[in-house]
Amino acid sequence: MEELRKRARELLATGEVKVVIGYGEGSAGRIRPLFITDPAGAGVLMFDERCLANLAVYLLKAEVKQLGKAAGTAPIRNHSNGLQPAAESQVSDETVRLIGVADGKAVDLPTLASAEEYVASVSLEPAAEEKEALARIERMTMEERWAYWNEQLSRCLKCYACRAACPMCYCTQCTVECNQPQWIPVPATPLGNLEWHVMRAMHLAGRCVGCGECRRACPIDLPIDLLTKKIGEDVAAGFGLRAGSSRKLEYALSTYRPDDREDFIR
Amino acid sequence: MMSQPNLYKPYLMRLDRITEEAPGVKTFKLLFQNEEEGRQFSFRAGQFAEYSVFGAGECTFCIASSPTRKGYVECTFRQAGRVTSALSDLEVGDTLGFRGPYGNVFPIEKWAGKSLLFIAGGIALPPMRCLIWNVLDLRSKFRDVTILYGARTVADLVYKHELEEWSQRPDVKLVTTVDPGGETPEWRGEVGFVPSVLEKIAPLSINTVAIVCGPPIMIKFTFPVLSRLGFTPDTIYTTLENRMKCGVGKCGRCNVGKYYVCKDGPVFTFEQLKTLPPEY
Amino acid sequence: METERRILTREAFDSLLQKAVAAGQRAYGPKDLDGRIDFAPIARLDDLSTGHVQTTQSAKFALFPKVEELFSFHREGNAQVLDEATEADTPETLLLGVRPCDAAAIASLAAIFNWDTRDPQFNRRLARTTVVTITCTHADEYCFCTSVGGGPGNSTGSDLLLTPLEGGTYLAEVLTARGQALLALVPESSTPANAVDKESRLACVPSRFTAETVTAKMAVAFDREGLWREQSLRCLGCGACAFVCPTCACFDISDESNGIQGKRLRTWDSCGFSLFTKHTSGHNPREVQSQRWRQRLMHKFVYMPDRLKVLGCVGCGRCSRSCPVDMNILEHVTKVAEVK
Repeated sequence: MEELRKRARELLATGEVKVVIGYGEGSAGRIRPLFITDPAGAGVLMFDERCLANLAVYLLKAEVKQLGKAAGTAPIRNHSNGLQPAAESQVSDETVRLIGVADGKAVDLPTLASAEEYVASVSLEPAAEEKEALARIERMTMEERWAYWNEQLSRCLKCYACRAACPMCYCTQCTVECNQPQWIPVPATPLGNLEWHVMRAMHLAGRCVGCGECRRACPIDLPIDLLTKKIGEDVAAGFGLRAGSSRKLEYALSTYRPDDREDFIR
Repeated sequence: MMSQPNLYKPYLMRLDRITEEAPGVKTFKLLFQNEEEGRQFSFRAGQFAEYSVFGAGECTFCIASSPTRKGYVECTFRQAGRVTSALSDLEVGDTLGFRGPYGNVFPIEKWAGKSLLFIAGGIALPPMRCLIWNVLDLRSKFRDVTILYGARTVADLVYKHELEEWSQRPDVKLVTTVDPGGETPEWRGEVGFVPSVLEKIAPLSINTVAIVCGPPIMIKFTFPVLSRLGFTPDTIYTTLENRMKCGVGKCGRCNVGKYYVCKDGPVFTFEQLKTLPPEY
Repeated sequence: METERRILTREAFDSLLQKAVAAGQRAYGPKDLDGRIDFAPIARLDDLSTGHVQTTQSAKFALFPKVEELFSFHREGNAQVLDEATEADTPETLLLGVRPCDAAAIASLAAIFNWDTRDPQFNRRLARTTVVTITCTHADEYCFCTSVGGGPGNSTGSDLLLTPLEGGTYLAEVLTARGQALLALVPESSTPANAVDKESRLACVPSRFTAETVTAKMAVAFDREGLWREQSLRCLGCGACAFVCPTCACFDISDESNGIQGKRLRTWDSCGFSLFTKHTSGHNPREVQSQRWRQRLMHKFVYMPDRLKVLGCVGCGRCSRSCPVDMNILEHVTKVAEVK
């Protein structure tokens, strides 16, 4: 942890970055996002097993971007969160510098290329519990799945915490905010909620890095991360591509390669 | 004010006449489908209403006809978003919803014996038009009436027919202007932005009330001119246009400071505006 | 009305609930939903969770649902016909196990919905809702009811106020005619209780500030842009805080229609959303999140007391518990109150 703080201090003191986005102690044993702009303030940065939250969303928040180049800290697995926005041209080496944390050590990743190498050393596959959660739904019949998702999503409040917390939901005008025509209805009716989550999952197809922030952010703990992760697994299985593995865009739904597995395209 | 058991249920209105005022701008004349409701309906200048296209939603406009004219209401709007686009598609004979009147009023009775200076820009003439006709229908109560109205181009001037009427009246001084470059060869009015034309005609401020409605930029540059002419903030009135939904001070959208624009406005003096946070 | 005090045994309480449900009441109470405590339909006392401090969501759904039909409309030939929602859409509702802060929130909601003009939908629901509150024997660090005029044993807004005693029994304070009528469902079961010490059983919730101080200080802090910016830098602008809050009542109105028939609905909205105040022209009076965060606090602690004579916060702490990024209202309000 001290290494992390030292690194943060150095980066700020040299002016290499203008803000370090990291984790700090919050309320009631929680952690919270911190924005350190003064090297002297780096002492409150911390890192432990509670630090899972995806801070990459702040790399794309206007008020944070205005501060200047940012350093983002994250556990190694979460650096995919920085790479996918890079692949979509939302961040670059000019605007962001990642600091990995593994085994209590701070790993400096001065460029997105170095972050990509670092991420390549871990598997981006879902953890065992996640795989089991997906499998549990896959074992349901279609009728059971329909009933399950309708019941879950009918409880959605349309608070859009999932969208707000997701680093890949950075559209300045979300589809739900278009009212000519009103593609997705405003009210949190069961059908309206289903339409929202299905549309969001489709818009994240091949882009979701599986961080689970949507579920963590949801005030009523809806298992909506399973929708986007499921499509992520389908894209990985069907196209051999995983979001967040590369800083170059390899978007399954908009990339054509002569060696595409699908033969109808040839 | 007519009160209905369901606060959110509008009157049903028949679209009686459509006037094309300017590109994208229309005036609707609406009749109450229920004649008894129409007879009982009353409002005062300054108030607004929520106009519905069922299925598209509601939209907030001032009531642009004068309260002295009974049996119908008018509104003028520019096609800009979802509901105004749906309104623009309506034809004579179609049904609309009308919910109101809401908001506070121009304190006309306090202006008895005074001179009135109306300053409006572009699509902001409608809230004033209601007031102007109200005043003209009670003309003898006031001293001088001056109207300064400007738009970007000649085509953008609304209520052209009424501008003509007002210009013919000996008891009204009407000055119209268009932005530099907005004039046509036949144009005989002024050319210049409203604040500079105001400076030029230099109306007296003694015992005069000014009512200003226009886009924020126009108001921003008009206010200093009025100050220089001797108008104090409590003698300058304007109308605010915040985003609104319920119109009755509940949905929270138009809350600015401790005020609700739908209840404490839309009519405000500049004196009152100074006490509001700059969130409008 | 002098407060009548009775002892309610667990059996009597269970019987009361079951009789109320049998009589047609829709009963809601805190339930354990896979580890998360939230309001859900309950039919017997075993359904009710009691070991928690607070539920995730508030009970405002009973008075102000997340989606509510204002009226419906359909075409008949060339004519439009408007139809009212029927009385059947407003069932008799029993809220069982809300906290004193939740009961106090009803006054804030009523102030919003009834000042100047009376909201018919809200009032219809209020007239058909019975509030049975269970006082707090525990609090957590998010609670601050005592700083905003409330307390763990307060009776404001409740019809019946229950305090847990030994052996699963309750002290029942009968506060209104509605409470009286409910308790009358089990007349043989409740005995008078004049000597029970309620206060010693309540949670200790230290007061952190006074509402008057906060209101005064916050009004003065309006122009401190840096303060609001710093506080809101991590705010994501979602609606979680507004939607779990028992006093937030901002709403949107929208139409749903298939061209032949449709409905006009009102739905929960939040001043924290970027679109809340945005004009069709594109002009947005509250363009950045710090202005919207400021509006949230100012509205609750300054504008509402000034205009509606009631605070917009009851200190339940739900917003802070639910916030994905740990915006803690108690912490932020306290900081504003310390501004020089």
